[in-house]
Amino acid sequence: MSGFTISRRKMLAGSAMLLASTAMQISGWAQTPKKGGRLVLAADSEPRNLNPAIVASNGVFFISSKIVETLAEASFDGKDGLAPRLALSWEGAPDGLSVTFKLRDGVKWHDGKPFTSADVAFSALQIWKPLQNLGRTVFKDLAAVETPDDLTAIFKFAKPTPFQLIRNALPALSSVVPKHIYEVGKIEDNPANNAPIGTGPFKFGEYKAGQYYRLTKNTDYWGKDEPYLDEIIYQVLPDRTSAASALEAEEIQLAAFSAVPLADLDRISKVPGLKVISKGYEGLTYQLVVEINHRRKELADVKVRQAIAHAIDKDFVVKTVFLGYAATATGPVPKNDPQFYTADVPTYPFDVAKANALLDEAGYKKGPDGKRFTLKLLPAPYFNETKQFGDYLRQALAAIGIDAELVNNDSAAHIKAVYTDHAFDLAVGPPVFRGDPAISTTILVQSGIPDGVPFSNQGGYKNDALDALIARASETLDTSARTDLYKEFQKEVAADLPLINVAEWSFISVARDTVGNIANNPRWAVSNWADTYLAG
Amino acid sequence: MTRALTLIRRRLVGSVFVLLIVITGTFLLLEAAPGDAVDAYIVSTGGDAGMIELLRHRWGLDQSELTRLANYLWALLHLDLGQSVTFSRPIRDVILERLPNTLLLMVSATALSFGLGSALGIYAGARPGSFRDRFLSIGSLALYAVPGFWLGLVLIVVFAVDLRWLPIGGIESLASDKTGLARAADIAVHLVLPVSALGFIYLALYLRMMRAGMAEAWRQDFVLAARARGLSRRRIVLAHVARNALLPLITMLGLQSAQMLGGSVVVESVFSVPGLGRLAQEAVASRDTPLLLGIILVSAVLVIVINLLVDIAYAFLDPRVGASEAGA
Repeated sequence: MSGFTISRRKMLAGSAMLLASTAMQISGWAQTPKKGGRLVLAADSEPRNLNPAIVASNGVFFISSKIVETLAEASFDGKDGLAPRLALSWEGAPDGLSVTFKLRDGVKWHDGKPFTSADVAFSALQIWKPLQNLGRTVFKDLAAVETPDDLTAIFKFAKPTPFQLIRNALPALSSVVPKHIYEVGKIEDNPANNAPIGTGPFKFGEYKAGQYYRLTKNTDYWGKDEPYLDEIIYQVLPDRTSAASALEAEEIQLAAFSAVPLADLDRISKVPGLKVISKGYEGLTYQLVVEINHRRKELADVKVRQAIAHAIDKDFVVKTVFLGYAATATGPVPKNDPQFYTADVPTYPFDVAKANALLDEAGYKKGPDGKRFTLKLLPAPYFNETKQFGDYLRQALAAIGIDAELVNNDSAAHIKAVYTDHAFDLAVGPPVFRGDPAISTTILVQSGIPDGVPFSNQGGYKNDALDALIARASETLDTSARTDLYKEFQKEVAADLPLINVAEWSFISVARDTVGNIANNPRWAVSNWADTYLAG
Repeated sequence: MTRALTLIRRRLVGSVFVLLIVITGTFLLLEAAPGDAVDAYIVSTGGDAGMIELLRHRWGLDQSELTRLANYLWALLHLDLGQSVTFSRPIRDVILERLPNTLLLMVSATALSFGLGSALGIYAGARPGSFRDRFLSIGSLALYAVPGFWLGLVLIVVFAVDLRWLPIGGIESLASDKTGLARAADIAVHLVLPVSALGFIYLALYLRMMRAGMAEAWRQDFVLAARARGLSRRRIVLAHVARNALLPLITMLGLQSAQMLGGSVVVESVFSVPGLGRLAQEAVASRDTPLLLGIILVSAVLVIVINLLVDIAYAFLDPRVGASEAGA
């Protein structure tokens, strides 16, 4: 599969895009993968702990996924959206109490020791379940992992666990680390957390703080003729403008994770030798969400929440804030999810008159100054786009007589203000959809979550019907019945609006034309890059 | 020599109190900022209540503020800067890794702004009111008014992206395995742009100060006397006028060192130089209190030492100062 090139202009032109992508396809086929070379790319942050089994986050995966592999990876065309990695097959028992993994034969750790089912059992029981940020939820009922032979691992659950959930969790949650390295001493203090040892196509080379990470080719990799690259260098570029300059100056060949700001893409897409790619992040969808504090009496009224939803022009947000690199949202599951998404939910078309009428109906008449009430609005500072949407939302609310007072914090202060202190009325947040609503989506609206848990319902929202629905879905083993329950979940959330989903977006890569096999799976930037190559 | 020793001794005693105030003040300021290291960490990971509690305990954040401050000061007394929570490494190592880069940047930028600034100041001040005087004064003021990050970005676009004469950033080539002279040359090439961005901003200060000092000196009797003796203009400018105007510049040098440290935060970020300024910025964002305290401490020591050196230099350059210090 070749690169799929989109410049904004072509995307807007629509029909021209088809032609352009076909043209790229042809030139792509003509290029045969070449061996060797050093790929230099931009890194904007330096994760301190590089162990993806403990820290399952995109920042860590970006580097570690080339070193430490998961049981399966996301795929555009594989069965259930998966492609085998360390596991060749996975099978769930009908009672939901066990999942059997058949493992790949002949795989070696970077230190030469063989990879076996004991490593999988150790990683699952000693790391994913007790220590991993996401695994603590998904694998909470994992009781034991049986290893009848070196290439079979049978996960045993204390309570029935939907196989669909485990399957969907594999790409992000199942990084396998070597037992023989981690069984000595405390896992959190293991030196391998900073210099990971895995089975992946690249070995950890060195890390110079503030400068670069260097990964080198694993000559003993299990993939035939892979990897193509000799080296991968992540150059640390903390300034938001450096990645674009470095690409233009040909000091780096790739900037992933939107290291080049959206505003620069139009210009950079015209630089000869550079391509802008918006594919390869389908499995890493971020959702632009208005979080609501239901403790405020005005916001506890569903009519007020509906009014706010009607006041937001989602198309305008996509066009202006995201410059077209996003999609409007209808509910808590993104449109690009192949398994769960349903469009059959209540919608709130942009309608200022209706929003005003709803607020009047709710009993919040405009005062003599044209204002109904004042709200405190906290946009999350993690992305430019969340901040810009905060500015937009303030204006949109002013149009319906709600005076929003913007409070800007840095990341740590924002997390504390919203999720621990609940010192907000409205907040703008970017939760991530991780392929299954049970991983990190239902928690956004579910009640009974302790204070201080980030990216969860800290708005004091409680809806017994919705809670029951979530509980039922978490115990439903049949895949299609479970999927139906999550469709119902989307309807209920869109109807009652515990939060307002505005848009869905993901990242953009910019690369030199010479970089081949970019974006060939839905989690490309955080996959193993065994087949990535540099032409000529 | 004894004069210098007395000065050093007196300064050292004073410094201890300065450092104590600096540390406690920074600690309290950082505690007053909302959110702690765990809040900053979970931004990129998320996590449940149990994990958050575990992290707070591991990083010692479940202790009271006073306990932590007391623990920090006690460790410091044993010359232990502690452990960075975000780097999971000893803070001493983290700082020592970055300090040379910042020092190199600061010393080079100071040499540039001081050297070129005073030279141009002499050139301008040699003929007060002339065209070149006005041109240099206005030009340097314009540079002084430019924000550091903007100057840096323009330098990058012109010299690194368009002309490709110089690298866009970093302190040396990535993973190049260069050693010895080749490495030194590599580092020097990488320093050209950041040093220019940092140095040119402060150049105006020295230039204007030199020029003003010279304008003052021209009116002094000893200049008249030198003229009467029939000395060449060149000799009068260099040996009499400029020399007398130089003293306040030395004082400025000491004061400027603290400002340079501040300016290096911006320049280090724009040019991706792994230095202390950028580290400090990261430490604040990640609420890594002990790391920030360590950086502040090292910076404070640096400023104190530079000012001490300036005072010693002053005592040697101007005998009147030494006399009053020794007599006091």
